[in-house]
This record gives sequence, structure tokens and C-alpha cells, in this order.
Amino acid sequence: MQFMLLFSRQGKLRLQKWYVPLSDKERKKISRDLVQTILARKPKMCSFLEWRDLKIVYKRYASLYFCCAVEDQDNELITLEIIHRYVELLDKYFGSVCELDIIFNFEKAYFILDEFLLGGEAQETSKKNVLKAIEQADLLQEVSMLSSIDGFSWLF
Amino acid sequence: MSDVVEKTLTALPSLLSLDPQPGSAKLSSTSKLGNLIRGITELTSKHEEEKLIQHELASIKDQVSSPNTSMRQMKELMVRAIYCESLGYEASFTYIHAIKLAQQGTALEKRVGYLAVSLFLNESHELLLLLVNTVLKDLQSTNLIEVCMALTVVSQMFPKDMIPAILPLVEEKLNHPKEIIRRKAVLALYKFYLIAPNQVQHIHNKFRKALCDKDPGVMTASLHIYLQMIQENPEGYKDLTASFVTILKQVVGGKLPMDFNYHSVPAPWLQIQLLRILALLGKNDQSASAVMYEVLDESLRRAEMNHNITYAILYECVKCIYTIHPKSDLLEKAAKCIGNFVLSPKINLKYLGLKALTYVVQQDPRLALQHQMTIIECLDHSDLIIKRETLELLFRITNAQNVVVIVEKMLEFLRVNTDDYTTIDLVGKVAELAEKYPSDTMSTVFSVGGDMMQPDIPNSFLKLLSEGFDSVEEDRKLRLFAVDSYITLLQKEPGKLPQRFLQVISWVLGEYSHLKDELEPTVVLKLLAKLLDMKHTSSETKSWILMAMTKLCEGGAEVSVVREVSETYSSSMDTVLRQRAHELQYLSQDSELRAKVLLRDNGLRPLEVDSSLSFLDGFVSEALAAGAAPYKPPHQRQEELAQAKALSLEPYGLSLPMSMSSCSITDRQSPTLLSMSSGLSGDSAEISHKGGSTSLKLDGVKRVWGREGYLPQRAAVEEAAQVEVPCTLRSPSQQGDADSSHSQTPTSTPTPTEPDPEKQQLASLFFGLSSQSSVCLMGKPEPTPHRFRRKAKGVTDPTSSSLISTPSNVEKLLCNNLLDSNIASELAVSSAKQITELPQGLKTASSDIKQNNPSLIVDNGIVAAADEDPDRPKDLCLISHLPAELSELCHSEITPLCTIQSILCAVNSCQYRGDGIFPVAWGGPSGSSVLIQTPFNHLHQVTHVSAELKKSTQCLSFAHSDVTFPCRPLTVSTEEYGTMWLSFSHDTKQNLTLIGDGQEALTATLNVLKQKLQLHVVEIIGQEGILSCRLLQDQPCLMHCRVHAGTLAVWLRSPVPDLPDCLIYHCQRALQEY
Repeated sequence: MQFMLLFSRQGKLRLQKWYVPLSDKERKKISRDLVQTILARKPKMCSFLEWRDLKIVYKRYASLYFCCAVEDQDNELITLEIIHRYVELLDKYFGSVCELDIIFNFEKAYFILDEFLLGGEAQETSKKNVLKAIEQADLLQEVSMLSSIDGFSWLF
Repeated sequence: MSDVVEKTLTALPSLLSLDPQPGSAKLSSTSKLGNLIRGITELTSKHEEEKLIQHELASIKDQVSSPNTSMRQMKELMVRAIYCESLGYEASFTYIHAIKLAQQGTALEKRVGYLAVSLFLNESHELLLLLVNTVLKDLQSTNLIEVCMALTVVSQMFPKDMIPAILPLVEEKLNHPKEIIRRKAVLALYKFYLIAPNQVQHIHNKFRKALCDKDPGVMTASLHIYLQMIQENPEGYKDLTASFVTILKQVVGGKLPMDFNYHSVPAPWLQIQLLRILALLGKNDQSASAVMYEVLDESLRRAEMNHNITYAILYECVKCIYTIHPKSDLLEKAAKCIGNFVLSPKINLKYLGLKALTYVVQQDPRLALQHQMTIIECLDHSDLIIKRETLELLFRITNAQNVVVIVEKMLEFLRVNTDDYTTIDLVGKVAELAEKYPSDTMSTVFSVGGDMMQPDIPNSFLKLLSEGFDSVEEDRKLRLFAVDSYITLLQKEPGKLPQRFLQVISWVLGEYSHLKDELEPTVVLKLLAKLLDMKHTSSETKSWILMAMTKLCEGGAEVSVVREVSETYSSSMDTVLRQRAHELQYLSQDSELRAKVLLRDNGLRPLEVDSSLSFLDGFVSEALAAGAAPYKPPHQRQEELAQAKALSLEPYGLSLPMSMSSCSITDRQSPTLLSMSSGLSGDSAEISHKGGSTSLKLDGVKRVWGREGYLPQRAAVEEAAQVEVPCTLRSPSQQGDADSSHSQTPTSTPTPTEPDPEKQQLASLFFGLSSQSSVCLMGKPEPTPHRFRRKAKGVTDPTSSSLISTPSNVEKLLCNNLLDSNIASELAVSSAKQITELPQGLKTASSDIKQNNPSLIVDNGIVAAADEDPDRPKDLCLISHLPAELSELCHSEITPLCTIQSILCAVNSCQYRGDGIFPVAWGGPSGSSVLIQTPFNHLHQVTHVSAELKKSTQCLSFAHSDVTFPCRPLTVSTEEYGTMWLSFSHDTKQNLTLIGDGQEALTATLNVLKQKLQLHVVEIIGQEGILSCRLLQDQPCLMHCRVHAGTLAVWLRSPVPDLPDCLIYHCQRALQEY
């Protein structure tokens, strides 16, 4: 996968993750172009797009669009399922997720994404395991707020 | 599940109105970030938002630089900074603090720090270097979470040059007891493999260990690496085929833990990955494919559930089945599957169905026929993406009968399409079709495609027009037609036409308007003059127009029109335009000169070119007498430069043998361009070099004058050297084939029950697709020898082009040492074992060498598969054509591979400079024979060579043969070594595994290298050692080894670009084998 974008129906970017090195300018141009193109598409249209030499796979969940760019030979349907699994993860973590959760806790959304996809490839597809990893890290945070001891290897 | 999500998300708009609803309670409404976000949602204008963010950033800036800010506050600030950046406001001042946070913060703060770094910086950002130490520290941490964070950031982004610093630590993590760490480590290595493959070459065996990991997650992660490696070299991993099949069997059989299920489908990601790998392994390999059939069948059978994820697997399965060696019952099932996709009411599946059809239709055109009505419906689909994919499909099934309809559909799409990228791609395809099946569509392509199309499209069109086809009458008609339609276009509204089209128009009118008798040159000239006056005509176009006018102006009435124009432009600021204007002025007044310079090209009498530029001899000798430096070819200059500046760190590009061949290829292509650089050489070597390189990039406009006149084709040929030449020379038998298929088509086309007349008419799209004719119609119908002949027409020296076909003339050509000739050969050299005949040919002269170096002979044998070419001369005295470098050496019998036109390719074993026996492939006319392959090239510059040769419209492929690395010891003293070391510019560094341990490890390892690769050990001092070797006389490579942290840190240097990399690879292999 080359990158993933989350944006609202109003075209506001909520999350962006780039797995290929691009300059800031290019990133902005790409996201602007794509947001425009995708928002202009009708609901019954195909979830796939050809854009430059990339394949864009997107899906709308309520007011949020999830959009991934993959290479041409990649499997579009499985990419669609990656998006779906991510939404499931968010949903489970936040407990019926809504756009506001993602706006206000975007760093959490990034952490979940990083646990699910690494370097553009799905690393852990088990919902249980992803959430376990996140919870462990969160737990660590709670503890570190209570005390300031270094090293928590006893946790494991 | 998804329904729940959808429902909750639909409730959002009401939440966004900021009512204190439940659900917003859990939001951090009191935090500063919360306030900021709220503040922004309340704003109405972009301007207000900007003000607010600037204010916010100013306050963040204040706080981050204050020494009193705790790490906890810093974390909070960083989150706000990320938010501002995501809105598009720059907060670069926080970058350094993000790194600091990752370095100094505890757990969660560190996590935010790493996140901020990965969002703010990209791989090439210089600040990233500061992160290396933090990553190192965290990788060694006892805290699992910290290790995870470090591995995550490493696989997200890491500076390429710093990989060696952390590589040992990441490798170590492959043995970690926790699977999550092992998995992340594998993915980190995958990332390294992607950005710097040679850095992780030596740990391939560890990848195998990861593949066998007891945790399926780690195994899945390792498949990413394998997919990549197998893509690059499928041959190297055939032994794993059975293992991959077994894994897939287990997955499909539901043997994995439930955790891996996704919507009750077992590990779909893993399945898809495996199917892709199997497709690569089974491609063109019957035995490997046979292993897979069973599991593929099983996969097809199991995937029955009606869910996206099963379709994803099915799609991959179908692709795999059509990629590997075919098996009929599987193909049948797969075809049925594709049918389900295509007929599905779900648009996503329909799209994939079309995509799958596009993929398989070349092998089985009947499939397209089966679904023709659906395809026709898709052509009118409201979604452009579906349309686009359908066109792609049609493009693949185009043949002489349906080309008109298909091209029409494509043009229709082009007119509504707004995306530049698609336009360029599609215009290219239309142009390809138009060339293959000549018709009058090109005008539409030019006016629709506009200025966006690749520059080679108009060039190849002009070439097509000027070279003509089989019959003179056809040519005449086509040219007349072009002239007619362009005149009409110009009379209408030329202002709307794209520049490139105008250029094409002016060229055509200049060349061919005389064919139309009733057309007065004055009329054309006036039309052209009108173009000149238009405001937005670019100066490039203007010079095309002026040239056309020059050709048209034959004195008489035209002169008055022309005079005005030439006067206007002869004072133009643009030098090219001014030159053209002056040419026009003089030539229009001096009809005698004009007749000499601008011969009317009747298409039959080819232009003559003096490629040796003998007419410049007088000029050159005068210049030399006046003290000018003699001309040196570019490679010689470069060498001298390299010697002058021994310490230069910049790579000088091509080494000597390569630049020689590239140079001669250039010569062959464009004698006129060569004249430019040599003409300049009198001034200074530097300038002429520049001139030479820029002259290669000039397009047709600027350099079209040769000694004998206008040379339009040459420019076109040069640009379009790689473009497919259209099918114009059909053999009668093929024509017959096509006709018969045409007549058969109606019977084999299934008629739909209630045919809509319009749609039925569109079914003409599928003409010629019936099975009988598919073989010749689906492929590129033109026979190969014809293609060569066509290409030769543009490039080859005219004196030779008429003589080409007979062998004796070929020989003559060889002796004449013509530079201007075209290589076109197919040459295949493959693995050592298959050929034993070649070494047999070694004559007595070399038999004693054979005894001395038996291993080399056996290992270096190669197979020469000669292309059966009718032109092949049977009785050529090959020895006389040996390249000069080789002629004085002992050599075995020469095996000619193929001879096409004036070029001969041959392979023989040759003793090269007394150092050993090597297979050598060479080609070219005698005297100017180019040594295509030295042993070194053979192994490692194969791609380079074939790229080089492809340039001259030939394809030459060398299969990689598994030959022992042919280097020899180079005996030098430590002092000599020192001087050489400093003067070599190409280097590489790498860690190798040590053999044995303790004090003796270094010596033991170096001895292995000495034995296996014949390296010369110069000296060993303590924990360091230096070695040297060479390939040929002038291709040394030096090696410096140091024992460091349990590994052997190796640094290689050589003047030959790829040698260090290649040697390190062989060192690794040698040590592994040991």
C-alpha cells in the first residue's frame, strides 16, 4: 500500500498515513486531487479508481471516507477488506466509533493503524491481537501516569 | 458488523452540531486540543481559521522552547502540532522537539514522539539522522513496548545509509521469544529489503527461518519478503514451491487458529499472498504448476460464501490459474468464475471481472466473445472507471476487422475524459492501433490528445507517412488524403488546434502538398502564414511552419508572400526562427541552390549520407594545422579526466567497454548528429562533449539538415526507435487467413436472443475473435523478418539497404566497415550444463590451457541458441571478424549465433589476455566488432548490455548462468595497494559472517575466500586484513576486512562500477557454502 487517507464529506483530512517517501508538496497535491475526485463520485459507483499509475480503493462509512492507494497488480477487494477491518478495530476500541472520536483522539487512531498495518502491509489481521497490543501500551501509559518508575518489564 | 458501524456513523452529523449529546462526554472536551478543535469547527471562514492556527502555533512555539516544559506537556503540545500540520499549516519548528520527545520521554510520551516524527518527516529528511541513536537505545531496551515502538518507526521510515547501524539488532530480534517482536522485525527487514536490497542479502537464511516460524503471523510477515524476492528471481526459489503449496493447503483446510479467521474465512490475507507467490513460481514451469493444481482446485471449491473476501480470494485464484502452466479443467472452472464476476450486479465485482478478462483474453479470446453483450453494456456504463477498463479490454482484442469501431469508442471516451494521465495513456494506445492498422484516425487523435501526448507519437506518425507502405499508390492516396484533410482543417479554425498537430500539419503540407496538382502553393503558403500570425503559436511550431514554407516556395508568385514573412522573422529574437527565416529568404531567391539543397523526395530514391564525414577533412586538417587539439572520443576524454583527478568521489559513469559499445550504437543511429559533435571538437574537448550529449536530445525540429538535404525521417526514426512498426507488410497467406476468419465470424458469434440492433452492430467489436483465426489475429500479425526490414529502411545506410537480403552482400557490408548499420538479432545464452559442445571446439592451441584451468572451462561453458534467420550466412569466415581485442588470442571454434543484416553475433570461448578461458559473445561488422560480453559483463551487466542493445532496436537476452565468479588474484604490495585504494571511486561496505571464532577467525575466513574466489591476501595485521583481485587486466578490486563485533566488516573498492557489489555477493555465497 502506498498511502491511506481519511477525510470527511466536507473534504477535511482526518488522518493520513504515507508509506512511500513523498515531499510535503506532493502529499498535499495528491490528497487535494483525490479528495476532490472521490467526493465527486456518486454513491452507487465503483469503489475503485485509477489515478496516475495507482489504484485507489475507497469506501465511505457514514460521513467519513477511507481511501487507500495500492499498486496496479494488488488485489482491490482485499484492500477494501483492509479498510473494513480498520473500521472494525476503531469501532471496537472506541466502542461504536464516530467521526468525533477520530477527530479528538487522532493519535489513538494512528496507533491502531500502526499496529494493524506496518510499512504498508497488513501485519496483524486478528482483531483480538491488535487490540491487545494497543491495550498493553495504553496500560503502560496509565501506570506511568501514576508513578515514574523506569522500565516495566515486569508487566510481561 | 458493518451495519452497526454504519448506523453509529450516520448519527454523526447531529453530534457535530456541538450539542452536549451523550457520546461527546468521552471526548476530551476540557483539553487544549479539544478547545482548539472546537474553536475551529465554530469558525466560518478560512481566514479566521488561519488566524486562529497562527495564534496557536505561536503559543506552541513559545512553550516548546521553554526549558520548564515537562515531557508530559511536550506530548500534549506535540499532539496539537500534529493537528495543525494535518490542517496544512507548517510547524517545522516542532520537528526537533518531536525527536527529543521520542528520545527522552517515557512510554506514552515516547510513543507520541515517534508518531510525530513519522508524520512530520520523510525518509530523506536530515533530522532523521538524530533519531538513529534513540532507535538503537530502544531496540536494546528490556521493555517490550519500547522495542515495538522502535521497530514500528524503523519499518515506517529509516535513513537508508544508517541501516547497517541497526541491522544486527533487528536481526537479533528474529530470535525473540515474543512473536509480536519477531513479526515486526521481519517487516522491518522487509522494509530494508525494499529500500536497500544489498544490505540484507546475507541474511536470506534467516528469512527461511522466519518462513518456518511456529507462529503463523511471523510466517505471514516473511511472505512479503518472499513475494518480492520471487518477483525478482523466480528461478531461485523453485525449491520452496512444495512448501508454499503445503502451507496453502493447511490454511484452506482451516488448520490455523481461529484468531486468523476473517469473517469466518481462514487467513484471507495469507491465502492471497500465497496465491500470488504460486503464480510467480508456476509461470512457464510445468512441473512446478503440477504441484499446485490440487490446492488451487480446493481453493476454488472452498470459496463459496457470498462475501467480498471470498471474491478477493477467487480473483487471485483465477489470476494464478491463468498465469501458471494451463490445465484444462481448472481453466474451465476459472472461466466460469470470471463469468460470475462479470455478470454480477455488484459494480465492484463487475470491475474485477473486466480486469480479469483483460488479463486472460490474450490467451483465450473466446471468453470475451462469451461475454460480449455485457462488455458492450459496460461500454456505456455511467461510471467512467468501468468504461475505461472495458476499453482496456477491447484494446487487447483489437484486430483488423474491429479496429475502426474500437478506436471510435476510445476517441469517444477521450472527448469526455478530463484526467491527463488517462488521456496520455489512451492516446498512446490509439496511436499504436492506428499505426498497426493504418487508417485516417490520426487527425482525431492529434486534435483530441492535444499537447499532452508523448512526443514520439507524432514523430512515428510522420515516419509512417514518409516511409510509406507496400504500394506506391496506397502511399499516394494516404498522403493526398492527409493533405486534403489538413487544408480543410486550416481553412476552418486553426486556432483551436494543439501545437503538436500544427507541427504535423505543416510538415505534411511542406512535403506532400505538391502531390495535389490543382492546389496552388500560394494558397498553402497563405494558410501557413496565417498560422504564423496567430498569437499562441509557439516558436517551435513557427520554425516547423517556416521550414514547410521553405520547401513550398518555388519562385514565381509565392515569393511575395514569402518575402514578407522572412523579413519579419529574420530579425526575430529567437535564433532558431531567425535561422529558418534566413534560409527561407535565400532559398526562395536562389532557385538553383534550392534545387540542390531541397530535392523533392519521391520516396524511392533514398538519401545518401557520408557517415565518415569525409567532406570535413579539409576543415579538420586546417584546424589541426592552426593548433587545435585533435579529436578524442568521449570515453577517452573521460578516462583521462579520471586519471587526472584520482581522488574524485563522483562516479564517472560508464567504464571503457560499455562506453565503447554505447558510442558505436549512437553512431549507427544518427550520422548527422555525430557530425555536430565532431564539428565542434576543434574548439575544446569539453564543449564538444557537451555538444555531443545535447545533440542527442534535440528533437526533429532543430537538426534535420544533412549534407544532401532535408532528413526528416532520420529525426523521426531516432525518436521512435522503439516504437512498434505497423503491420503493413502482410504476407498473402495471412491476408487470406484474415479474410477467411472474417467470413467465418458470423457463424461463430453467438447471437443474443433479443438483439438490440445498435448493440448488435457493436458486436462488430468482436469480429475476428473466433477461435480459428485467433492465433494470427490476436498477436501482432506481422512476421518478424518483415519487421526488421521495415526498421532497417529508416536507419540503414541507403547504399546498403538495397543489398541487404543476400548473404554475400552481408559479407561485403561487413568488410566495408559501415558504421551505419542496424543490429537486430535474437540471441539466447543460457545455463552451463546444457552445452557441452562448445568447449569441444577448443583447438589444440588452447588444449593445454584446458588442462591448466579445467574448472573454468567446465563452469564457463555456455549455450548458444541461434535464431533461425533466413539471412544467416553459412560460410562466413568468422575469424576475420573477431574483435580486435580478441584477434590475437587463442580461441576455440567460433559459433555463429545469428546474423541479421550486417551484424553478426557469435559466441566462442576465448583466452582473454592470457588469463583464462572465457565465453565471449561479440557482434558487429568486422573491424568495428563490439565485444558484447566479457565474462564480467556476462554475469553482472547483463541488464545493462541488453538495455544498451535494445536501444538499437534489437533484442538480445542472456539468461543468467550460474558460473563461478571469474576473478584472479592480483599480486600487489601493501604500498601499491595503498595508492590504488585512494584512486578507486566505486565502493561498497557490508558485514559478512566470520568462519570459526577467536583469534583465528579472520585468517580462516580470508583463507576460505582465497580458496573459493582466488583472492590474493596482501597482508593481515591484527584484526584487519587486505585482499586484492582482478577480473581483467584493468579491472582490479581491493578489499579491506576488519573483525568487528563478531562480524567481518568488509569494504570494497574498484574503478569498475558494479564490481564491488558483485564481488561482495560472491563472497557471501562462498562463505555460506562453506
